[in-house]
Amino acid sequence: MTISIAHKFKLLKTSGRKALIPFFTAGYPSLAETEKLALTAVSAGADVLEIGMPFSDPLADGPAIQVSSFEALKSGLKMKDTFSLVERIAGKTGTPIALMGYYNPILAQGISKFVRSAKSAGVSGLIIPDLPPEEAGELRDIARDAQMGLSFLVAPTTGEKRYATIAKASSAFVYAVTVAGVTGARTTFATRTDDYLRSVRKAISKPLVAGFGISDGVTAKKMALRVDGVVVGSAFIDLMRKNTRATARARVGALVEEIRKSIDSLDSGRNS
Amino acid sequence: MANKSQPDRDGRFGEYGGRFVPETVVFALEELTRAYKVARGEKEFKKRFSDLLRDYVGRPSPLYFAQRFSDKVGADVYLKREDLNHTGAHKINNCLGQALLAMRMGKKRIIAETGAGQHGLATATVCALFGLECVIYMGAKDVQRQAPNVRKIEFLGAKVVPVTSGAQTLKDATNEAMRDWVTNIETTFYIIGSAVGPHPYPMMVRDFQSIIGKEARRQALGRLGTLPDYVVACVGGGSNAIGIMNAFLRDTKVELIGVEAGGYGLSSGMHSASLTKGRPGVLHGSYSYLLFDNEGQVILPHSISAGLDYPGVGPEHSHLRDTGRVVYRSVTDKQALTAFKALSLCEGIIPALESSHALAYLMVGKEFKSRDKNKAGKKRPSVILCLSGRGDKDMDIVEDAQGKV
Ligand SMILES: Cc1ncc(COP(=O)(O)O)c(C=O)c1O
Repeated sequence: MTISIAHKFKLLKTSGRKALIPFFTAGYPSLAETEKLALTAVSAGADVLEIGMPFSDPLADGPAIQVSSFEALKSGLKMKDTFSLVERIAGKTGTPIALMGYYNPILAQGISKFVRSAKSAGVSGLIIPDLPPEEAGELRDIARDAQMGLSFLVAPTTGEKRYATIAKASSAFVYAVTVAGVTGARTTFATRTDDYLRSVRKAISKPLVAGFGISDGVTAKKMALRVDGVVVGSAFIDLMRKNTRATARARVGALVEEIRKSIDSLDSGRNS
Repeated sequence: MANKSQPDRDGRFGEYGGRFVPETVVFALEELTRAYKVARGEKEFKKRFSDLLRDYVGRPSPLYFAQRFSDKVGADVYLKREDLNHTGAHKINNCLGQALLAMRMGKKRIIAETGAGQHGLATATVCALFGLECVIYMGAKDVQRQAPNVRKIEFLGAKVVPVTSGAQTLKDATNEAMRDWVTNIETTFYIIGSAVGPHPYPMMVRDFQSIIGKEARRQALGRLGTLPDYVVACVGGGSNAIGIMNAFLRDTKVELIGVEAGGYGLSSGMHSASLTKGRPGVLHGSYSYLLFDNEGQVILPHSISAGLDYPGVGPEHSHLRDTGRVVYRSVTDKQALTAFKALSLCEGIIPALESSHALAYLMVGKEFKSRDKNKAGKKRPSVILCLSGRGDKDMDIVEDAQGKV
């Protein structure tokens, strides 16, 4: 039985651990392979999975996720395929799953129908990078009624006055974008990233995860120190682009383990 | 009914518009909205803008009675000569306004997307004028088909980045410009080239382009002693159209017609007619008519005209469509080519392929077709047509297309 993301964060908090949230694009490099990668990531220590719904115009994404989206769409991936993928992964692992996707495909389905289908597939939360809380009124009502988690984003450029609005609109967790920029693996971050994460942490008591650019154990640990969990995506896709499927899967597993170990080495209670 | 209070505080024209953007740019849009609202009320800003429009752009642009073309189409056609503006299109009006605003806001790096290259050229021009760094995103396909403009943009000191994703046209250039903006948000001002994008862009671009209609209305009253029966403009994102139509929105006797790119024909699926064939959706920051499939994936548009080759349209046009104040029609690539040639031969004016769509509608549209063209004494309808740009940039495309016929 799959638990909700919110419940997962409670459990993690009790055990003093940080959440590790790998991201995979549905249908890249193939639908079957996404499933295998997800299972690999779960055995290697993932707590929650983020599955990307491909979109023709992913304007918040860097080259890695762009390529994965285009390839998935080119292979003919449909939204119903993403839902059945989620259903299979959730059934096999019990790991809570968040869907990440742009707004137009959701609108095109109809918000209610989309949320209903997502819910019945076992989706526990939604992240929509081109939908700020101000434009999300209808979705928020529908998601609340369906007990579907919603995560809105904070960015380094977000005024502190907006933190409360974003936190209030978010149900599962708040997603702190680590850099002003698009997704993509990075090895260094501006020193002010740390100050920014501290100030978000201070203002937001809901579960808080950091994402964008986290690529290995070192960067993950730095971020995890300030928040409740980390999302890692492009780094995995880079591995898939450079290796054969079997090799990529092994390396993805190894990278998840590395990050797991690294963030587990943080003392609990230090993130204040 | 459209009026001065459009858009509302949230940037909505009726239900269209808004701000569907990554969180990172929300603060920049708020900052921009505030800065623009202050600037547009200031005498000094307005004077600087209108001085430059006069002395640098060459405004007011003439309203020219096209006698021979009129006889050909059976209507009295007055061309609003935006093609005579410096850099050869209406785009410069908007670029000057936004660049002045960028400088007020202390931004020294400018980015822009471009399709036909006219907006890229106008942006590179104002950046040279003001000494600003300039990066232009342009689909790789457009870099090829609008090569003359690329050369000029680069000569003016701007950097052209060819975009190779998607269909390699305007939509993809816009995605890439947005990615740059998200990444360099604190130092960079994004000069959007049409009345599209998140609030406040559709409003701001409309305001800067409204000079077209203000002049045209005054010129019409002076020349005709009355308002025209029709105002016609091509619609890509919709900036020249809203620019000329804005002044006539309250003149309910004036019929407003926007002409979209029908590509190979509306039933071919290969066109850019968002208002005619699209449905409301979200792309590039606003909720507006858009071409997308049942999965919500944006459909690759097609038009022979790079400046109209875009799957979306500005939100104010969506609103004007729904209220019925403006009617939107389309013409095909072929019809646009015919009009391109016709205006060149009977007036000695080579029009942009974009503007040729508006011209073509006068040749084929049902409002004009049914008139008896030869019967003397019958009053012909009067039309003001926004000749949004000149066609030098399109000679290669037109010659190619003729070769294929
Ligand atoms: C001459 C000309 N007319 C029209 C357009 C279409 O844009 P809009 O609909 O914003 O006027 C362009 C765009 O590149 C253009 O260059």
